[in-house]
Parts: sequence; structure tokens; C-alpha cells
Amino acid sequence: MTTAATDAATDNLAALESEAIHIFREVAGEFDRPVILFSGGKDSTLLLHLAIKAFWPAPVPFPLLHVDTGHNFDEVIAFRDHVVAKYGLRLIVAHVQDWIDDGRLTERPDGTRNPLQTQPLLDTITEHKFDAVFGGGRRDEERARAKERIFSLRNAFGQWDPRRQRPELWNLYNGRHRPGEHVRVFPLSNWTEADVWNYIAREKVELPSIYYAHRRKVYQRDGMWLTEGPWGGPRDGEEVKELTVRYRTVGDGSCTGAVESTASTVDEVIAEVMASRLTERGATRADDRLSEAAMEDRKREGYF
Amino acid sequence: MSSLLRLATAGSVDDGKSTLVGRLLYDTKSVLADQLDAVTRASVDRGLSTPDLSLLVDGLRSEREQGITIDVAYRYFATPKRSFVLADTPGHVQYTRNTVTGASTAQLAVLLVDARKGVIEQTRRHAAVLALLGVPRLVLAVNKIDLVDYDEETFRVIAKEFTDHATSLGYAEGSVLAIPVSALVGDNVVDRSAQTPWYSGPTLLEHLETVPVAPDPHDAPFRFPVQYVIRPRTPEYPDYRGYAGQVAAGTVRPGDEVVVLPAGLRTTVERIDTPDGELAEAGAGRSVTLVLADDLDISRGDVIAAAATAPVATDELDATLAWLSEKPLRPGARVLVKHGARTVQAFVDELTSRFDEQKLSTVDYPETLQLNEIGRAKVRTAEPLPVDDYEVSRRTGAFLVIDPADGTTLAAGMVGAPLPVLRSDRDVVSPGP
Repeated sequence: MTTAATDAATDNLAALESEAIHIFREVAGEFDRPVILFSGGKDSTLLLHLAIKAFWPAPVPFPLLHVDTGHNFDEVIAFRDHVVAKYGLRLIVAHVQDWIDDGRLTERPDGTRNPLQTQPLLDTITEHKFDAVFGGGRRDEERARAKERIFSLRNAFGQWDPRRQRPELWNLYNGRHRPGEHVRVFPLSNWTEADVWNYIAREKVELPSIYYAHRRKVYQRDGMWLTEGPWGGPRDGEEVKELTVRYRTVGDGSCTGAVESTASTVDEVIAEVMASRLTERGATRADDRLSEAAMEDRKREGYF
Repeated sequence: MSSLLRLATAGSVDDGKSTLVGRLLYDTKSVLADQLDAVTRASVDRGLSTPDLSLLVDGLRSEREQGITIDVAYRYFATPKRSFVLADTPGHVQYTRNTVTGASTAQLAVLLVDARKGVIEQTRRHAAVLALLGVPRLVLAVNKIDLVDYDEETFRVIAKEFTDHATSLGYAEGSVLAIPVSALVGDNVVDRSAQTPWYSGPTLLEHLETVPVAPDPHDAPFRFPVQYVIRPRTPEYPDYRGYAGQVAAGTVRPGDEVVVLPAGLRTTVERIDTPDGELAEAGAGRSVTLVLADDLDISRGDVIAAAATAPVATDELDATLAWLSEKPLRPGARVLVKHGARTVQAFVDELTSRFDEQKLSTVDYPETLQLNEIGRAKVRTAEPLPVDDYEVSRRTGAFLVIDPADGTTLAAGMVGAPLPVLRSDRDVVSPGP
């Protein structure tokens, strides 16, 4: 029998873990058809780790949903399938390519498919009648996300209205919604990037290999190191170099850049993240650079 | 491991709240280069010569357009001593409900006043809301002290007026601290100011780093709302039955005698399970799974409580309501009440008083409770709830009032009367069953 960390209030990570587990159980208790958005990135992997803890020794009582842009890193897809098999989970995949093939979506001239995820996400939520959708969003990521509630009601169009959010009081979450509406749930709301990495270290959470330093052929575009892939690159004049890099975030390959790094262990990554003068998104996510309110505008449309 | 302090800010429009929060983030080096670049660019676009730190935190398009904070936002910063979750709440009267939101989980609140204006109506209103929500400690940041030439007398007068007000709301003097600051220049926020030699107290950050975080007392009566029943029915755990939840108050240990409410069944705690192993005890805030000695019929919404100090389940709540909806409350309203993990139907039978934050007095039997008004009411629930007095337990004394038609959160409910003035006026006499 252990007596470790009996006082949650004195330990930041234990308090965050208990809060997230509480949120998972509230949703399991109040909703009919929850789903966890899972991309194989570190935040959604952490989300899954906490879900497994929340219901242990029973299995996680909801499926996973991955909106696959078709521009993913092979290592991440392999990791996704490995985790699903290891824990006996059910995975639903919405392929953006299917929406492009049947004409519901059109490829963008810049080739990025990140903004194209919204419609497949909303269509899949409607098709499966999901009423609660877990996401790994954190309020420290971005100014508009800092405004997000832990339980965030979306209307039948999947839209977020920051002016009409419900007050969120104590730890009493209000999940009431009308048919067609759903609630986005963010158990990692109060975590920072540092908390995420410290918790990954403490819990020895397995991550896709690309979070750690490796040799990779990359080319530079808009100040970011992109890797070769089906998203079109390198273009003429973009010189390919082999560098030692790692990724701070994992998303669509067309807009997720690598950082030069030799951090090959969790502890080295933590040291690097703590010393960095750039946020994870500022460093490597082109989609957030589009405008001053890029994230808010996408969230209003139904993006996470 | 560092500890965690949850705090909220409050203050009037233009008191410089966003600038203060921006300053805290900036001076604790919680702002990274790309965020600062974005703010610098936006400041230049607006014709400013120095970065406007309030742009670090006003995240919504309409907030930046109007230069005001509309919705509560959560900020994170850390020092080697402590991690902070800061609920940054707007000052506009029409957004008082966000102050209620931020205050409900805060262990400390920072109230801002403009040194040139002193304590104003909104300051008194916010202090009352913070007192009502049971925020244990207050800091008054007397901001823009540079604009009154760092005048000690001005500061003293404001500090005294505020402390007197807070004391009348029930705060002990030791739980209220006034600090002269300039968020714009950075005086006494993180770094000590050379301009205020007459001030010997801590800077705002020093205070936040060292103020005792009152943990829920370990000897408080044990309360555990059952969130979810864990029944794996797997080959490995064919007969496992555990009750999952978060300890709302007190501490639990294996062998403790407990009662399951509202049914009133008694048993003992056999084990405290977590995926990382069994625990010898679990205190307030900890999410665990309890395995009980007897096979009882327990479901989500039930409360497991210490047998010796169990609350009495009641279907007649004497409560204070902070009304958060544009739709006014009228006696007889049919609502839902969410307490712990249980949601039940209810009527708001009677409005016994309405609180006047200005006069610190009450109005008897008002006809309605409007948006942002606070009053005392009798709430009759369809099923008995094992409530505690909010003054004794913020977790088990709190409830939500929900609109059954559209699911809107209508009110923050607190059992009993957390403010002395609401109490002294008139005791609500329960007519009994």
C-alpha cells in the first residue's frame, strides 16, 4: 500500500490529474455518446492516459475519433494504431480525402488540409450522434483558447459563441444540451506545456518517436523546417537538408514544422522546452499565424 | 513538487486589470518571444510606442476592438515556488456573473482600484461577491499609484476604507492586504518599487508566492459524491465494484465507517483504489475509487459520508442565489438543481430577501431577482439532498440552478447565508414537511 501524494492540494500535478479524472467521470455519467478526439499527438495521448486511469480497472467507455487529413506522419499513424491495439480501444477514422473525393470539400491552393478538418469532424459527430467530444486543448496554448470553458456548448452547427458561454462554477459542470447540440470537453484546460511534459515524465507515457531528436530530411518554407510528404514539397528552390530535429506539436504535415534539437529523452525535452523563448505553436504551427484572431475564427466555425 | 494557487482578479473597467495580469505574466517571464512579438506588432498597428501588455490577455476579437475584457479567461504562470491558475474576470456590471465564475474556485482574489478614484461602487460590489462565494483571502491592488505621485496618504485612505468594508463583509483583518502598484510601470507587482519607500509590505508576486493556501481541513467531515460506478465485468475483474468520485471534503481511510445517502445505509470502506495502487488515505480534491465492505445498491448521485458526522438530507433548501441569467427569477419558478453528481427537479418557492451591495442591507420579499442580483430563497427539491452549509464546505454547500427548458445555468446557489448581512436580517423558517 502506498501513501504517496495523499494531499492533492499540495502537489500541482496530482491536483491537475484529479481534476481531469473528475471531468472524464462526469461526462461518462451524464452523456449518452461521448468520444475522445485522438490524433496520436502528445496532448491527446495524455488525454487517453487520463481516461484509462479514470475508469480503471474497467475499459474506457468511449471510442476514439481521428480526423485524418491524409498528411500525417507515418510514425504517428503507427503509434495511433499501436495504442488502440494495446488497450483494446475502438477507433473511428474520418478521412478528409473521402470528403475531397466526393466533392464536399475542395483542396486549398496552399495545399494545407488543416482547416479542412472542421467539416469531416462535424459530419462525423452528427453521423454518430456524439453528444460529448473530448479534446486535448489547453488554455495556455493561445489567447482565444484561454477563454474556453471546460464544458463548452456547441450549437447544431458546431459553433462556439464566446459571448454566450455558460458560467462555470465550482466543479459543477453543466452538460445540458438540446438534441443536435453537443458539448466539447477539455480535461487538460488547466495544464500548461510544462505540466504536460512533467506529467509524461512522471507517468512514463509513451509518445510517437518524432517528439524526440532524430535525423530527418527537411526543407525550409516560411521560416519552418518541413519534411517531405504528400502535402507537396519541396518545391523548386527549396533545398533539402538532413538535420537533427524533433517536433513540439504533431498535426497536419503541411503546416507542422520541426525544430532543430538534440533532445532525445523526456528529461532533455523538458530542459529544452523550459529554456525555449517560443511557444510551441509560435515555433511550429503555420495555421496560427494567419491572422491575429485565427484561432478564434476557426473555433467559431467548429474547429477545436 | 510545487503547490498550486488558484486566484481571481476583479475590478472596474479601465482600472488596468488586463495590464496588471499582462505585467505579472511579463515580469515572471511567462511570456515568450513570439507572443511578445505579436503584441508589439499589434501595439504598433494601434499607434502605440510601447507594447500594450493588456493585448497579451484580451484574446477575443471584440475585446481587442473595444479595449475591454468581456469574458473570464484563465492564465497560467509559475515561479520556482508555486504554480498559478489565474481567472481573469471582466469588470463590467453586465459581466458580474463572470466574477462569480472566477470566484467560485479561487483561494485568493486580487481586486483593483484606480488610486485616483479610490473605492467605488463596483469595488464594493465585487468585494461582496467575493465574500459571498467564500474566497478566503483578498488583495487590494491600489493601481496607478504613479498617477498620484506615489502619495502615501492617498494609499492609506483607500486601504483603510477597503479594509473596513471587507471586515464588515466578514473578513478577518489578516486575510486582507492592500498593495500600492503601478501595473503600467511595474511598481510592486513583481519588482519592489523605489518610489514607495513608505511601503514595507510584500510585492504582489511575493505575497502570491508565500500566502498560505488554506487546504481543506483534514478533520472536516468526509464527503464523497459518487460520480460513476466502476464494474469491469472482465475476466480479470469479474466481481469488481468500485465507486468513483472526487473527495469533496475531509479525509477517508480504509476501515472508516460510512453512510450512503440519501438511503442511509451503513458500511465500512474496504479499500481506496487508484490505478497506481491502494492508498492509506485520500484527502479533499483527490479522485479515487472506493471499494466498500458490503454489496449495497449505490448509484451516481449518491453521497458517501462519514457515518458519525453525516449531513441530513433535506428537500427544503434555505439558500443564497446569485442570479446569472437575463431571464429574471420569480417565485414559483420550476428549475433543476445540480448538487454534487445529482440533478433533481425543484421549485424556487419563495424569495425572502434581496441583497443591496451598496448599503450592505437587504430588501424583504422582492418580487424578482434580476441578472447579477443576489438574494435568499427557499428551494424545494423533488428528492432530498445531503447538503452542508456553504460556510462549512464550499464543495458540498454549492449547487447550480439550471433552466430545464434550454439547459442554461441560471444561478449559483449556496446553502445557508454566507454573508452576515443576509443572515442577520431574517431567518427563513422552514414550514416542515
